[in-house]
Amino acid sequence: MKEDQNRIPAVVHSLGKRSKNDSLGSRASDRDGSVASPFLEVSNLVKQYPAVTAVDGVSLQVPEGICFGLLGPNGAGKTTTIEIMEGILAPTAGEVRYRGVPIGPTFREEAGILFQKTALQDFLTVRQSIALFRGLYDRGLAVDEVIRLCALEKLVDRDNRKLSGGQQQRLLLAIALVNDPALLFLDEPTTGLDPQARRKFWELIQSIKARRRTIILTTHYMEEAELLCDEIAIMDGGRIIAQGPPHRLLREHFAEVMLELPRQDFPESARALPLRIIDAAQRIEITTDDLDTTLRTLIDAHVPLANLRIRPANLEDLFLELTGKELRA
Amino acid sequence: MIKRLLAVWHARNLEFVRDRPTMIFTLLLPLMLVVGMSFVLGGPERAIFKVGVIGNSIDKTAHPFLRERFVDFVPVNAESDGLRKVTHQQIDLLLDLHSSARYWVNTDSPKGYIVEKLLLAAAPDAHRQPVSGAAIRYVDWLFPGILGMNMMFSCLFGVGYVVLRYRKNGFLKRLHATPLTPFEFLGAQVLSRLGLILFVTGVLYAGIGSIIHFHTAGSMALLILLTVLGALSMIALGLTVAARFSSEELVGGLINLLTWPMMLLSGIWFSLEGSPEWVRWIAAIFPLTHLLDSARAIMLDGAGIAQIAPHLIYLGVTAFVFLAFGAWSFRWRAG
Repeated sequence: MKEDQNRIPAVVHSLGKRSKNDSLGSRASDRDGSVASPFLEVSNLVKQYPAVTAVDGVSLQVPEGICFGLLGPNGAGKTTTIEIMEGILAPTAGEVRYRGVPIGPTFREEAGILFQKTALQDFLTVRQSIALFRGLYDRGLAVDEVIRLCALEKLVDRDNRKLSGGQQQRLLLAIALVNDPALLFLDEPTTGLDPQARRKFWELIQSIKARRRTIILTTHYMEEAELLCDEIAIMDGGRIIAQGPPHRLLREHFAEVMLELPRQDFPESARALPLRIIDAAQRIEITTDDLDTTLRTLIDAHVPLANLRIRPANLEDLFLELTGKELRA
Repeated sequence: MIKRLLAVWHARNLEFVRDRPTMIFTLLLPLMLVVGMSFVLGGPERAIFKVGVIGNSIDKTAHPFLRERFVDFVPVNAESDGLRKVTHQQIDLLLDLHSSARYWVNTDSPKGYIVEKLLLAAAPDAHRQPVSGAAIRYVDWLFPGILGMNMMFSCLFGVGYVVLRYRKNGFLKRLHATPLTPFEFLGAQVLSRLGLILFVTGVLYAGIGSIIHFHTAGSMALLILLTVLGALSMIALGLTVAARFSSEELVGGLINLLTWPMMLLSGIWFSLEGSPEWVRWIAAIFPLTHLLDSARAIMLDGAGIAQIAPHLIYLGVTAFVFLAFGAWSFRWRAG
């Protein structure tokens, strides 16, 4: 973790086009070379409800300019954690610091938020919806620039209720960007989108990353986290159970590679082989740190290998490894 | 602050104006009510005379005239009150039997002319004191009530349900993530609704007024001031109800709990004169009662600001108290 914070230290990042806000982004301590505070720091966060502890002692630090992923199964406490970080939900205990100071009234001027579920005001067009939110901030981007950034040019006069799921999410992203935020929260932004819309959305997020904005992302899609996140934290039961850059976490948890075979190609007799076998829905997965020996074992057992697929472990494997495969209540 | 308030205000106006069915319903309902009520109640008058007798009660044995058939004798507490009713032909004749019999009759009233003949047949020495003035039709009396009722529904349901919907669908939560404050949000809602109410009430006043040939006796400026204060008080009441709840059933029930007593007791359809003291005491709590009493005083009797000042103060104070309470108890999110 420490190594990776150094990899993307806050002082290294400029804000790209954010020249107007540079003074906001550069603390005196950064300029004189002393150790900078984390861009966003969460300390011992607890959120207790009468029947459940949704967040149970979460601490994390987010360096400036990275995309930080918060992953976890349903009910893990991701949304509660991110809403406390956004400043719209009060914690039972703990603290959130932004640029070294507890989040206060000015934080909302500098943060952009895309909630998991948001309705907009009825009867407003795309442009009017964006203009409404632009009017709530003292500074930010021009409405036309936000429209262009989110590829909404052809939809500006359409009623916001008549947008497809992907278009709706692009509009909500545009609204989250109207104040040209230094910090962008995206809570499951692509849930429910079709693959094309999801990929379009990923392109937009990557373009925002290219502008050196700090992004906090929660998602259920491991492919999304793998593609977008520089660092992830996996939550379960209100706690962080793993944190770090995806490649490092994979290296730490998986020295092996994965072999995948269609279930019909894997004879029952082969189950007796000295292999680590995992039953998946339509396939058999075998994990190994000695690929040559495993392949030889399979060939000797006359297992057909025409449809064999060998792949390294991915975030989904890590997620399932850490949080288990049981369906959560 | 003003910029943010204006941004929300503008968006809310667009939402209302583009919601055509609601807009049409808001305009048509009161028109249909006035036309319907004037049709039902505006037919031939019943062949009966109404005579006010000064005093708390009527002793039928006190004078032979009080035993006349087809004449309603109603007690009138104050002479000034009786004179106003004779002037507006709400009674056909006012009689004072305390010393020598004297009476007031409206020289413009045909029924007054006939009932005077009946009185003189029974009391030839009665002393005549003529007054004059045009009759107040029921539709004229009803007109302020209909406008006030429309305002009440627009304030309570239009504001209360809109805020509730915003809270339930997460729009308020999204606004909460911006620098917008509760006061700015509520202020925008109040101003937006106030503007719409003034516009709609103005259109209805002009439209229905021209249909029923209504003319306001008093100051239009005072009437507008009263409308603003009355609307503010009821909008703030609607915001108070919707300030923190997220259950449609609960908010609907609370709004109904406010609207129905106001519908029945604030004097929309009929006067509360002669009703028990406790009924009038309850009615005096409602902002609509103060709005209608003073609106009728301005529109029908030409009352000035001094006469309706207590009502204006009550509406202003309740507007402030409701709005302060609403802002204090406001919640951005459900649950």
